[in-house]
Amino acid sequence: MNSQVLRLVMGRLGVAAVTLLIVSLVVFGATQMLPGDVAEILLGQAATPEAVAGLRQAMHLDQPALWQYGHWLWGLAQGDLGTSYANNMPVAQLIGGRLVNTLRLAAVTAAIAVPLALTLGITCAMYRGSLYDRVVSAGVIGVISVPEFMIATLAVLIFAVWLKWLPALSLGNDISSIGQMLRAFAMPVITLLCVICAQMIRMTRAAMISVLDSPYVEMALLKGASRPRMVLHHALPNAVGPIVNAVALSLSYLFGGVIIVETVFNYPGVARLMVDSVATRDLPLIQACAMIFCIGYLSLITFADVIAILSNPRLRK
Amino acid sequence: MPNLVEIRDLRIEATSDAGNKLQIIKGVDLDIAAGEIVALIGESGSGKTTIALSLMGHTRRGCAITGGAIRLDGRDVVGMTERQRAALRGTEVAYVPQSAAAAFNPAVRLIDQVVEVTRIHRLMPMAEARKKAIELFRALALPDPDTIGQRYPHQVSGGQLQRLSAAMALIGGPKLVIFDEPTTALDVTTQIEVLRAFKSVMKAGGMAGVYVSHDLAVVAQIADRIVVLKGGEVQETGTTEQILHAPADAYTRELLSAFEPVAFARAQDIAPARVPVLEMSHVFAGYGPIGPDRMPHKLVLRDVSCRLDRGRNLGVIGESGSGKSTLARAMAGLLPPAGGKVLLDGALLEPAAHQRSKEELRRLQIVFQLADTALNPQRAIGDILGRPLGFYHGLRGGAKQARVAELLDMVRLPRSMIHRLPGELSGGQKQRVNLARALAANPEVILCDEVTSALDTVVAAAVIELLKELQRELDLSYVFISHDLSTVQAICDEVMVMSQGEVVDTLRADQLPDGARHPYSRLLFSSVPQLDPGWLDRVPLRAGV
Repeated sequence: MNSQVLRLVMGRLGVAAVTLLIVSLVVFGATQMLPGDVAEILLGQAATPEAVAGLRQAMHLDQPALWQYGHWLWGLAQGDLGTSYANNMPVAQLIGGRLVNTLRLAAVTAAIAVPLALTLGITCAMYRGSLYDRVVSAGVIGVISVPEFMIATLAVLIFAVWLKWLPALSLGNDISSIGQMLRAFAMPVITLLCVICAQMIRMTRAAMISVLDSPYVEMALLKGASRPRMVLHHALPNAVGPIVNAVALSLSYLFGGVIIVETVFNYPGVARLMVDSVATRDLPLIQACAMIFCIGYLSLITFADVIAILSNPRLRK
Repeated sequence: MPNLVEIRDLRIEATSDAGNKLQIIKGVDLDIAAGEIVALIGESGSGKTTIALSLMGHTRRGCAITGGAIRLDGRDVVGMTERQRAALRGTEVAYVPQSAAAAFNPAVRLIDQVVEVTRIHRLMPMAEARKKAIELFRALALPDPDTIGQRYPHQVSGGQLQRLSAAMALIGGPKLVIFDEPTTALDVTTQIEVLRAFKSVMKAGGMAGVYVSHDLAVVAQIADRIVVLKGGEVQETGTTEQILHAPADAYTRELLSAFEPVAFARAQDIAPARVPVLEMSHVFAGYGPIGPDRMPHKLVLRDVSCRLDRGRNLGVIGESGSGKSTLARAMAGLLPPAGGKVLLDGALLEPAAHQRSKEELRRLQIVFQLADTALNPQRAIGDILGRPLGFYHGLRGGAKQARVAELLDMVRLPRSMIHRLPGELSGGQKQRVNLARALAANPEVILCDEVTSALDTVVAAAVIELLKELQRELDLSYVFISHDLSTVQAICDEVMVMSQGEVVDTLRADQLPDGARHPYSRLLFSSVPQLDPGWLDRVPLRAGV
């Protein structure tokens, strides 16, 4: 790796760090603007003025907002996510188990979605205009147009209620064998696949088509190269940048965007935890969840950018 | 002995996106003997590349061979399966593309792309293929033949890439090599070296060749026979000598006449006024951030001075990267000069266009090279011409309509074009609209930046003729920028030769081309191909520049 590549990659990482800082400010600001006084809500019926004032002082709520932000950020930098207002448990402990669930669902979905979408996108580009391409493209448009709660509900109706093949709820506790895991994950994964594959297929197809139309792919054809060689050796390496970005954007949905799927299938993930914490006005928990989503999103996008930089032949020596 | 290639009544049909079918090759017959080089010559849309590609059994997207036969070495290419055709490509017939810069995969090392043919067809072990490639690099006079293959395409020059693409074609030992306008994208001084390299390897290998080009002079250097094409039909076939000296067909004669030197002769000589209409003195300009010396990071124009007298034309000639387009941009204020002065009729102009007054802008207009990108494709011709009329002269309604019609008359376009979109016009017509838009301002000086470069020879000659007529009628002065000596010669009183951002020579039209003093301008002028088939072998090798 030469110094120019290193500089570009470090630049991207720097931008990601700055973005994260700005997001933390926005997240903190937004939670501060939520209506209602936390101390009053927490104390409920027992909210005498003295008790409220005491609690405010104990929770540092009487300090200036900027001081609170610095305090929170300092804790965050040290890995201290704070303490939940609602049940006085460390936020890290509350999130921990949920995060594992979310990541597990995301990993299973990604492991299926990425190869599936890339294969479909690339083959559609290869056989552009054929019946196969038209069927896949029409299917993709169809799936992208149906809202996910509709897909999720239909899946429950068909597979759980009518066919009775799969459980309607995906509680992550009783998973001991691979078979059970597959059964528990099948429906949420199918629903998520419908949502994230469509975008990846369309972007991959578009990126591949623009490269397949380039003169150097025609040149490969005129050298007698087979179709797989043209696609895998000549076209794909030059389409990596846009494809990786499309994949990263789609996968980032698996962090924050899965709330509907988690709710329909009663899946205990971070997204549901965050919605629940909004209901209880549990500020540290909301902030921590928001930051986790943001970190997940940023690392995916930054990773895609770094791959795109590394795949640029003009930066090679 | 049967011919290597026999094409009989070839018909190729194109299907547009709207589903309309159009025959683009209308029954072509063509023979090529073993070891013979045949040139296909014609303007854009004549079908020359389509025919050449069909020899490899390949048609571009939307096209299909609908009739006729192509026999290559006794085998019918049209009836082959895709697998059989793939086996043919690279080993029997090889292809040298028009733009090598685009035809090399940017992500793969050059040597791997050059030897790829032997890998695909399993012709020889890799070590042997690499050795053969290096021999070819040497035969094609590439610098550092042993190591140049280790580079990526963006690390070598255009002329080198073109020669590397020839090596890529020759490595499989083909019987027929197709050259598809291989030197069109190159500067003349580079073209001469590439042509020389091609000619020597083709002669040494005894291979047959198809040379596709629009330039008769280039073709005359390398071809044994010439086939003249127009609109998908053969107009005339003959030996090179016969086509050049005794053309039978009217269209061939038209192509040839474009090469006759048109010395620019004025009806009467105008005494130069004391104050030039446009003057540049000691201009520096470039791109990038301004450095501590108050000069831009990448300096393109260095101390350029020139003057244009009223009613006269100044030609600017140079190769790509010489700064000639930057000169026009600096004059127009699109790229504010970092130093020096631009004067219009003796009055100092502000460096940047947005600082100049509307009146100053009106008097100095610019016409860009590519009418395709300079005209808004979503606007009707009437709107395109109407906008400067409203902006500079405040015309509206009926007066504006009348003036648009007048402008169309001036550039010899029918008035019915008012409602057409640019996409519906031909290249020559678009360039006329582009010109009419500049005329709408009633300018005194027009900067013409390569206005004929994208046009076919015959169309370009007509545009030059139009420019001259307009000059007589409207008292215009042109700054005419081009890389092509003959176009500049046809219209300019004075020619400025630029190289690497500096003016190296300034010549009067009657001194061209033999009066050049500077070694670079001599090299440039001597590199322009001549119709004489012996020219390439006579031109001295490039040395010392």
